Amino acid sequence: MNQKQNAANQSSLNEWPLWEVFVRSKSGLDHKHCGSLHAADPQMAIQLARDVYTRRLEGCSVWVVRSDQIVASDPADKGMYFDPMEDKVYRHPTFYKLPSEVDHM
Amino acid sequence: MTTSSIHVEQAPSVQYVLRLADTALIHGQRLSEWCGHAPVLEEDIALANIALDLIGQARALLTHAGQLEGQGHDEDQLAFLREERDYRNATIVELPNGPARPGDFAFTVLRNAMMASWFRLMWERLRDSTDPELAAIAGKAVKEARYHQQHSSDWVVRLGDGTDESARRLRAALDTLWRYSAELFDSDAVDAAAAANGLGPRWDSLREPWLAEMRELFDEAKLALPADSVFRSTGKTGVHTEHMGYILADMQYLQRAYPGGAW
Repeated sequence: MNQKQNAANQSSLNEWPLWEVFVRSKSGLDHKHCGSLHAADPQMAIQLARDVYTRRLEGCSVWVVRSDQIVASDPADKGMYFDPMEDKVYRHPTFYKLPSEVDHM
Repeated sequence: MTTSSIHVEQAPSVQYVLRLADTALIHGQRLSEWCGHAPVLEEDIALANIALDLIGQARALLTHAGQLEGQGHDEDQLAFLREERDYRNATIVELPNGPARPGDFAFTVLRNAMMASWFRLMWERLRDSTDPELAAIAGKAVKEARYHQQHSSDWVVRLGDGTDESARRLRAALDTLWRYSAELFDSDAVDAAAAANGLGPRWDSLREPWLAEMRELFDEAKLALPADSVFRSTGKTGVHTEHMGYILADMQYLQRAYPGGAW
């Protein structure tokens, strides 16, 4: 095992894994990402998230996910993934009028 | 220039409320000593939160004690201007967090677990107090106590059922703390009077449910329940250990040097 891998393993022995924290506010529908913390296991992660990220009544529900479980899109692919949507206005549902009985979304 | 101490009424109802208020106050003060020094950043915030909860409970109780007393003392005067023998906290909460500052983590979480269980049982019963103010305080505080109990019990189990070193430290902490718990379950004229007029439960009525919770916790934490001791601490009667003077010096210095000082 080379130096770098050794160092990585060593620090993972001395450090708790990192968790991302998502909090849903009382009036909200979705959990929003609000930060991260270190914890030994899921149970501790939830408790610490409550202590660290909900002190000011930010929320009524907490999710925690291990950071290494999150799969993210590659920033280098941003152009390829997202630019083509800019000129596809026909994909937005704006060309008809909803009847007033259901028009409260 | 210094401020004179205030002196409080010895009426049983006032004393009963002060015992609760001071126990919360001094426990909060001890826990706040961890702020900035805890072993883990997140735990630093958690301990500070618990300390703030306890101080909040103390504020509400001290304000109410001042009203019951009827001498015009407010929460700040009661918190900062009494003499040592007028503080009625149980001795267990005035013990230092450890042999050196900021303290021993095992000692701290074990004391938190023991006190959180006691407070939760007390608040649950105080919700039925004939004193509506006390009942209202209890209604809010019981939720805080439930969380304190969950948080500290989790740590007791992690340390007790952890490594050889963590288990050894936890057993040492239990060895020191257990004899101070007896005071929490002795009754005297003060709580007999409180129970008689429905103000709150006798302290000895909490013993069995508390022991049941400790047994369950200790089983999971692989701790043996210690034998009872004849030793009795006497903090709730105002007779404290040598540690109390130092806590009060920390707490009272500013108010006595700058009377009426406020943020």
